[in-house]
Amino acid sequence: MFDNEELIKETKSQALNSETVGDIHVDDPRIIAKNINVFYGDKPAINNASIDIGKNEVLAMIGPSGCGKSTFLRCLNRMNDTIDTCRVEGELFLDNENILDKKTDVVSLRAKVGMVFQKPNPFPKSIYDNVAYGPKIHGMAKNKIELDEIVFKSLDKAGLFEEVKDRLDAPGTSISGGQQQRLCIARTIAVSPEVILMDEPCSALDPIATAKIEELIYDLKKNFTIVIVTHAMQQAARVSQRTAYFHLGNLVEVGPTSKIFTTPQHKLTESYITGRFG
Amino acid sequence: MNNLKSRLAKEKRFKAYGIISIITALTLLTILFVSIFSQGYTAFQETRIQLPVYFDQEILDPNKTSDWDNIKKANFNGLVKQSLRNLFPEVSGRSNKRKLYKIVSSSAEYQIRNIVNNDLSIIGSKQNIWVLADDDVDMLIKGNINRNLPENERRIDDQELMWIEYLESENLIKKVFNKTLFTSGDSSESEQSGILVALLGSFYALLITLALSFPIGIATAVYLEEFAPKDNKFVDFIEVNINNLAAVPSIIFGLLGLAIFLNFFEMPRSAPLVGGMVLSLMTLPRIIIPARAALKSVPPSIREGALGLGASNVQAVFNHVLPIATPGMLTGTIIGMAQALGESAPLLIIGMVAFIVDVPQGFTDPATALPVQIYLWADTPERGFVERTAAVIMVLLIFLILMNSLAIYLRKKFEKNIT
Repeated sequence: MFDNEELIKETKSQALNSETVGDIHVDDPRIIAKNINVFYGDKPAINNASIDIGKNEVLAMIGPSGCGKSTFLRCLNRMNDTIDTCRVEGELFLDNENILDKKTDVVSLRAKVGMVFQKPNPFPKSIYDNVAYGPKIHGMAKNKIELDEIVFKSLDKAGLFEEVKDRLDAPGTSISGGQQQRLCIARTIAVSPEVILMDEPCSALDPIATAKIEELIYDLKKNFTIVIVTHAMQQAARVSQRTAYFHLGNLVEVGPTSKIFTTPQHKLTESYITGRFG
Repeated sequence: MNNLKSRLAKEKRFKAYGIISIITALTLLTILFVSIFSQGYTAFQETRIQLPVYFDQEILDPNKTSDWDNIKKANFNGLVKQSLRNLFPEVSGRSNKRKLYKIVSSSAEYQIRNIVNNDLSIIGSKQNIWVLADDDVDMLIKGNINRNLPENERRIDDQELMWIEYLESENLIKKVFNKTLFTSGDSSESEQSGILVALLGSFYALLITLALSFPIGIATAVYLEEFAPKDNKFVDFIEVNINNLAAVPSIIFGLLGLAIFLNFFEMPRSAPLVGGMVLSLMTLPRIIIPARAALKSVPPSIREGALGLGASNVQAVFNHVLPIATPGMLTGTIIGMAQALGESAPLLIIGMVAFIVDVPQGFTDPATALPVQIYLWADTPERGFVERTAAVIMVLLIFLILMNSLAIYLRKKFEKNIT
């Protein structure tokens, strides 16, 4: 047994005072987060996190439960707005526009920054309508033919078209969990976002479905910036180029995935990836 | 081992309790239904007597004007009396004759008057007309008065009984479907009374209630659940008040209606319009509370999914949340309406409890309502009204069962569409 209590005490003090180690900057950033602070009521959830997210990269965010990685993810498309007590401070640039600005239109922001949730949440409508909903509300298709094209392309990119092409009228809730999650990804792709946020997209799926989603992420990387929150470190290692480690609301370490998992610089990161806590 | 035994015994015991309580409830319900139906089913028939009516020119139109304005003043009652005398020529003496005249309903003369009005050429001819029997005769024919009782213990004396038995032997008396019950308003004579005024009153009042409480209730629920700021003192205050309103005795709403709608705004008394407004006050919280529960039960992931795609708040609510919540909201509404249909107390206060003979033509004409009609008729001791009271209860129950079945049907149908 480790003397765990001591370790936790030590990590706490380290976490609260530490600067992010590693390289938070990239050459070609799409998103620049500067000094992000998030509070739930009076309770701080994220302290002063700054990080760049590059174009066409997959950034994995890992860390123990309650470390703020999902909260940080939800800042990127202002999903935290739906929580009344949540307050976000700092600057967050997407293509040189501060998206935390009150004047930013969240509707068009969320069209640019799509999101896939932890549990597959297809709408209780047909598979076709699930994908067509986004393009419809954003007026992306002038007629049925264009809409069909968007829907089929999106389903194809999500690797789902072959499986569901004969039953596009079936309810989105009638397919398997893994297919539902890919349907949600297709739905997100359909509005052609620049960034796709994934909040533990595989945590409700079996290993085969997970493998399919990971393959999909690998393909999507060519066209989209992807930020993925995950509990599975192997998954982070498999799909991402860069990894960010959060601990108790602090962004502890950022770096190339290969480096984080082989030679972490921070003691906390090392403890986490070697499985001493989580 | 011992443990398992006691656990199984406990389970068995608990099951038994459940079954016993269900059986008790069902038994009581059966007793209720049987007693109502056994008393009420006869009300759906009425007794008619065939009269050989001679439409005497001398009585109806002695001057041969062929003008209804003259004819309508004629002595139709005398015509009925004459017909009865023709049927039983042996009856003599004033009191006996008066007794004879009473075996047909007092509506007989109006029935004959209508026949003449519809076809003036009938004057001078002889026709057999089925007129309504008096309620006592009706009760005897239906078996509600025992013929074997001693004469002084029944409402029909031996002489009347003799006449009726003569009519029966000649097939001049028969039971037919009781159209009167559904086509006329209240009357002091039970055989002439009907529930049309109450039916229409209830219908108009419910229309008003639905038109007012459904849109307001659903809009309130959607706003409070989806758009109102959380943790806001004012919103909390409204919420507490809505929940309180649901528990306010309905008679209080009636008093409110009396004070505000009738006395202050001087709206018409006894009108379904006011009745509907009062009932909608009562129904509002009963629509809002289940509607909010239905909205709350929509998984937040659906809303998040829509928002995550860039749908606005309004789009997320109207395209995704509302369709899923619809069955629950409709069920709440229909059950609220069913409760409004069965409500009498507030209607008593605003005057929908009156002796109304004329069929209401609109929302502002005086009317009663089904439950109020039950209350009115339950007060009368006559056997004919007892039977009719049970009949209104049956009609009301049928409507309630229909509405509740509709609620279940809609819920099942929409649920199927969603999953």
